[in-house]
Amino acid sequence: MDNKIDNKARSLLRWIDDRFPLTKVWNEHLAKYYAPKNFNFLYYFGSLALLVLINQIVTGIFLAMHYKPNADLAFDSIEYIMRDVNWGWLLRYMHSTGSSAFFIVIYMHMFRGLFYGSFKKPRELVWLFGMTIFLLLMAEAFMGYLLPWGQMSFWGAQVIISLFGAIPYFGEDLALWIRGDYVVADATLNRFYALHVSAIPLAMLGLVFLHLVALHQVGSNNPDGIDIKQTKDEGGVPVDGVPFHPYFTVKDTVGVVAALIVFSLIVFYAPELGGLFLEHANFEPANPMKTPEHIAPVWYFTPFYSILRAIPDKLGGVIAMGMGILVLFFMPWLDRCEVRSIRYRGNVYKVALLLFVLSFLALGYLGTQPVTPVTTIFARLFTAIYFAFFLSLPFYSRFEKTKPLPARLTEEIIPLHKREGVHWEWIRKSLAAIAASRPYQRATEYAKAVLDRFKKIDVKS
Amino acid sequence: MSDEAVSDDVDENKRNFLTKTAGVVGAIGAAYVAVPFIASMEPSEKAQALGAPVEVDISTIQPGELLRVMWRGKPVWILKRTPEVLSALPSLDDQLRDPLSKESDQPASIQNELRAIRPDVFVAIGICTHLGCSPLYRPEVAPPDLGKNWPGGFFCPCHGSRFDLAGRVFKGVPAPKNLEIPPHRYISDARIVIGESEGAKA
Repeated sequence: MDNKIDNKARSLLRWIDDRFPLTKVWNEHLAKYYAPKNFNFLYYFGSLALLVLINQIVTGIFLAMHYKPNADLAFDSIEYIMRDVNWGWLLRYMHSTGSSAFFIVIYMHMFRGLFYGSFKKPRELVWLFGMTIFLLLMAEAFMGYLLPWGQMSFWGAQVIISLFGAIPYFGEDLALWIRGDYVVADATLNRFYALHVSAIPLAMLGLVFLHLVALHQVGSNNPDGIDIKQTKDEGGVPVDGVPFHPYFTVKDTVGVVAALIVFSLIVFYAPELGGLFLEHANFEPANPMKTPEHIAPVWYFTPFYSILRAIPDKLGGVIAMGMGILVLFFMPWLDRCEVRSIRYRGNVYKVALLLFVLSFLALGYLGTQPVTPVTTIFARLFTAIYFAFFLSLPFYSRFEKTKPLPARLTEEIIPLHKREGVHWEWIRKSLAAIAASRPYQRATEYAKAVLDRFKKIDVKS
Repeated sequence: MSDEAVSDDVDENKRNFLTKTAGVVGAIGAAYVAVPFIASMEPSEKAQALGAPVEVDISTIQPGELLRVMWRGKPVWILKRTPEVLSALPSLDDQLRDPLSKESDQPASIQNELRAIRPDVFVAIGICTHLGCSPLYRPEVAPPDLGKNWPGGFFCPCHGSRFDLAGRVFKGVPAPKNLEIPPHRYISDARIVIGESEGAKA
C-alpha cells in the first residue's frame, strides 16, 4: 500500500520535473546548498528579515481591506480598525510593530555584514542588492507612516518631501510633483497609499529574489570570513559546509520562535513602546495649521535625521543626510583590506567599527531629542565620526596588520579563554574574582542543592 | 522549399542597423508613453483652482497677538506688532542672514526692513523656509529654553531655525531665507485680502 503511494508520488514529481525544475531548485537552494557550519547568533537576521517581510505583507493586505486613503476619512478609518473591526487592533499592532522589527532586523543584518566583511569580493552584488532593499524599505516605511493621517504623519511627510525642494533648479518642481498639490494633501495621501501597497512591495520582493540568487551564486560568508569551497571532499562537497535544509531551516526555526516571543511581548503589552514605535503626537488628526511642539521621525530614521539637523545649511544638510546612506553602497570598494572577518583584522578597524556603531546609536538618540545648542554640538561630533569611518577606511585598510587566516572554520563564537587583548584579560580576571567570591559560591551551592532535590523526585509517584 | 532558396549570406551591417534603429525608435516611443504617467502626478486642475484669495478682518487683533488663517492650504500669520518690537527690530540687523530681504521671497513693494505694508501689521506664510514646518510664535524675551539672546520671534521646533518678528532669519540656523510674505492688500483699515497684490482689482 505504502509502496503504491510512494510510486504515485514519485511519478507525479517526475511529471512536474519534466515541465518545471522543482527538484533542481530544491536541491540547489536548500537540500544541496552548503552553508558554513559555524553560523552564530548574528546569522539569524537574514531569515528573520524574510519573516518580517511576510508579516508586513499579510497584515498589510488585511488592513487595506478596512483602511480608507482619503484625507477626510483616513484618521477615522484607523480608529475604526482599532475599535470596531474584529481583531483589527491586533492586525494594526502587528503591522506597526513589524515595521520597527523590520529595521531592528535589517540594522543587525547590515552590522553582521560590516563585522564579518560579508560585503567584500565576491559578494559585492549581494551587498548592493541588499542596500537597495534597505533604501526601498525606508521609502516604504516613510510612505506608510503618512497613512494614519495624524499630526506626525502630516508634518513628517511635509519635512521629508521638502528635502527634495533643496535641490537647485528643479527641486521645488520635484517636491510639487511628489506631493501632487501645493501642500501635503489628499492627493499626496492617495498616491503614497498606492506606492505603499503595490509598487514598493513588488520592487522589494523582486530585489529579495535577486539578493538570494546572488548570494547562492557565491555562497554564504561565515564568522571566519574564509571560503569553505577551498576544502572539498571527494564528492566535491565543502567539508565545512552543511546542507541548508534540514540543518539551517531547523536552526532558523529556533531563531524564529525566539523572535516571535519578543515580538508578541511588544505587540500585546507595549505596542507603542513609550512613543518609540507609535509616536504620541500621531494620535491627534493632521492639522496643516499647527506643527507639533516637538517633531521627530520614528526611531529608525533618527540617525540620518540627526545628520540633517547637524548641518546649519539647507542644501548641505540634505546632501549630508543623503551621503550618510549612499556611502554605505560603496563599502566593498572603500574597504581595501583582503581579510574579511573582524576576527583576523587589525585593531584600527576594530576601534573604527566600534566608534562607528557608537556614533550611529548616539545620532539615533539625539534625533529623538529637541534641538538645543548642546545636542547640536554632539550631533556634529558624531556626524564627523560617522563620516570619518568611511573616509579613513581606504587609507588605513590596505596597510592593516592582519592575523593569519585558518585553513578551516573555527568556533561560532570564540571562547573567552582564547580571546586576545587587554580588555578580555580584565573581563577574565573580574569573572574569576566573582567566581571566587563568597556570595557567588553560596549561591552555586544553593542552586546545586535545589537541582539535586529535583533529580531525586520520582516521576512515577 | 529547397535549401538553396535560403541564402546564408547575412548582411550583418544591415541587420545591426535595423536592430539599432528599431531599438532607438522603441525607446523614444517608451519615453512618450511615460509622459502621461508622470504628468498625472502633477497637481490636478482641481488642486490648481483652489488658490482663491482670502479676506480677513484684522480689527479685532490685539497688539502682540497672532492670527492664523489658511490660504492655499498653508497657514498665514497676521501679527499686530507693538511699538517696542518695531523699534527693536533694526538693532538685530548684524545677527541676521538677510536683513534687507534681498535673497528672500516677498512682493516687491514689501521689500523693506519691517517687511510689511503697514509697520504694525505683519503678514507672512507660517512655513519655515528650511523644510516646511510651521514655526512657533515665541514673543517673550530670553525664555530659558531659547537662551538669553532671544529677542522674541519665531522658532521652528523641527530643526531649530530662528526668525525675528519681521520673519527675518538669524545666522547659524538651517533655514536659508526669510519667511515668505504672501501678496496681500488692504481693502479698508480693518480688512485685508490675502492672495491679491496691491493695485490688483477686487
